[in-house]
Amino acid sequence: MKLNFNQIATVYLKELRDALRDRRTLISMFVVPTVVIPMIILGFGAITAKVIHKARSETPTVMLLGAKQSPIVQAALAAHPKIRLTPAHEDFRAQISNKRLRAAVELPDDFDAALVESRPSTVRIYTYEGEIKSGFATNELDRFFRDYREKAVQARLSERGLPAALVKPFDLLRQNVAPPEKVGGNLIGGIIPYIIILLCFTGAMYPAMDLTAGEKERGTLETLLCSPVGRTEIVLGKFLVVLTSALSTVVLAGASALLTFSVGGMLFNQSGAAAKAVATAAASRPTLPQIDPLGFLASLAMVAPIAVLFSAGLLTLSLFAKSYKEAQSYVSPLIVVIILPALSAMLPGIELNTKLALVPILNVSLACKELVSGVFSWGYLSLIFGSTCAYAGFAIMLAVRMFNRESVLFRS
Amino acid sequence: MTGNGARTASGFALIRSGSHGFRMIDARGLTKTFRDKKRGEIHAVEDVSFTCQPGQIYGLLGANGAGKTTTLRLLATLLQPTRGTALVANLSVIDQAAEVRARVGFLATSTALYGRLTARETLTYFGRLNGLAHAEISRRTQKLADDLDMHAFLDRRVDTFSTGMKQKTSIARTLIHDPAVIIFDEPTLGLDVMASRTILRFVRDCRARGKTVIYSTHIMSEVEKLCDTIGVIHDGRLMAEGTLAELQVRFGEQEMEEIFVKIVGEKEAA
Repeated sequence: MKLNFNQIATVYLKELRDALRDRRTLISMFVVPTVVIPMIILGFGAITAKVIHKARSETPTVMLLGAKQSPIVQAALAAHPKIRLTPAHEDFRAQISNKRLRAAVELPDDFDAALVESRPSTVRIYTYEGEIKSGFATNELDRFFRDYREKAVQARLSERGLPAALVKPFDLLRQNVAPPEKVGGNLIGGIIPYIIILLCFTGAMYPAMDLTAGEKERGTLETLLCSPVGRTEIVLGKFLVVLTSALSTVVLAGASALLTFSVGGMLFNQSGAAAKAVATAAASRPTLPQIDPLGFLASLAMVAPIAVLFSAGLLTLSLFAKSYKEAQSYVSPLIVVIILPALSAMLPGIELNTKLALVPILNVSLACKELVSGVFSWGYLSLIFGSTCAYAGFAIMLAVRMFNRESVLFRS
Repeated sequence: MTGNGARTASGFALIRSGSHGFRMIDARGLTKTFRDKKRGEIHAVEDVSFTCQPGQIYGLLGANGAGKTTTLRLLATLLQPTRGTALVANLSVIDQAAEVRARVGFLATSTALYGRLTARETLTYFGRLNGLAHAEISRRTQKLADDLDMHAFLDRRVDTFSTGMKQKTSIARTLIHDPAVIIFDEPTLGLDVMASRTILRFVRDCRARGKTVIYSTHIMSEVEKLCDTIGVIHDGRLMAEGTLAELQVRFGEQEMEEIFVKIVGEKEAA
């Protein structure tokens, strides 16, 4: 079959003009990416920074249990500047759960004596796992008792005239080799592609529904079908408009993300405490998490075939609907289908392999995560790009076939 | 296309005898079957044959669901026939669908306008889709705006239009490519008296210009006032055909409504 590109262009230009006059499309195409992305990056960054900073600057309240006969360790703990002790009480578990107490530490009755007499004993720390402030208090207690134990060991060794190295043959130091963009990439890299894929979907969603189900509902589709233009030309023109919207959403979201990172990075570097908090949480380096700009652009390129897949898929699906509302009820559940694979890429431990590289959406999210960290695995990248293009091509074929079926066009 | 002379009494006689009338539309055993999951096969149109000549209005009269819209959609190539065929200007609706559409103007209450385009943009768009050059589109737009008195709202968006303005824009849209055949599918459905009159005047105008017109309706008075030939369609079948006078003689009734009831009643009784 020979395509009439003139007709495709005519349909495309008209539909584009029409779409640009539709407020819903404008919002999803321009406003959402340019406003939402900076809000997420800056807002999310600032809130995280603030929460972490607050949690760190707080002196946690800790309950000491069973210390009646152990005044020495009690005094040492009371003197610790980063811990506030509170008198023992039976309902310490409830207090930790209610967050009135960050943690509790239970000593055996004769802790001081046992230490002097070299009898083994156990110190128990009660914590609320997963709660950040309880975690900080627990870390502090942990550190305190390790130090305390080490001092006791050293005292015993020197009593017997033995060197400290007897029980500590070597020191252990941890050093980060990941470049800053890798650290930033892992933190923010999971979330940015996920948001971009989601925005790509919403960017395609409104025009796709409007140009098919919306036109059916308003009766303009029949008017268009009466003209000599072929159905394949019509659906391709419409598809290109949906694709334009999806891609502009991606490009705008990408541009605003890059801008936010560069501008936001400067702002964050100047604004003291918050920046430090984020930095310590992120990479022990006083900046907003960095991403690899080249990798970021490459990840946008990876999303391009996804945009094709979404545009053609959404067009096909909403073509079945008789009205805009019906189309919405078909498309809305699909958001979950899109979110799941995009979200799974954020789970720790999921890495690219040949099988996952063939799973649509998930593969691109995983590739993007690597790309913004500055890692280019060319083999996987070409496999992902190729397979996504194949899916996209299949989706276009399906859309064209559906548009040529009168039972779909004139469903009643 | 033959001239306006076809409307004279003698012209009628010639055309009806079939010796001189050009069969602009020639439907031959048109059949359309839909498949429905719940109701099974639906025979929307069954073995419908008729012809239409230039300078004539062919009225397709039928109750709701009789098969009028499906028949017209088959002629306009919106649907493909299950069996049978039709020639429009000697072009097959099956094999030369795009060429057929280039010669047909289709106006129905279901063919709406794009609300976010202006009247001028609408005409330009459909002009382009019909393959007209830019200069030709401007010329046609100017002419149609003159004829239909559209200049005041030509550059306003359609969604701000009154029903009358929309009606005129729809008519202009149907005529932008100056089609030889104009198909009206219940064009006055849901319109008020004034808007309906605009349409009816326009339908007569088309005939006067030698166009071939098919007009479907369920309103008896419209058929009486407008149509040169009347085809009564019921349950997807063409039950009777002829001029109003012929039908009056054949069924022994004056009123179209009575004739219609007799035709449909005969079928119902059978």
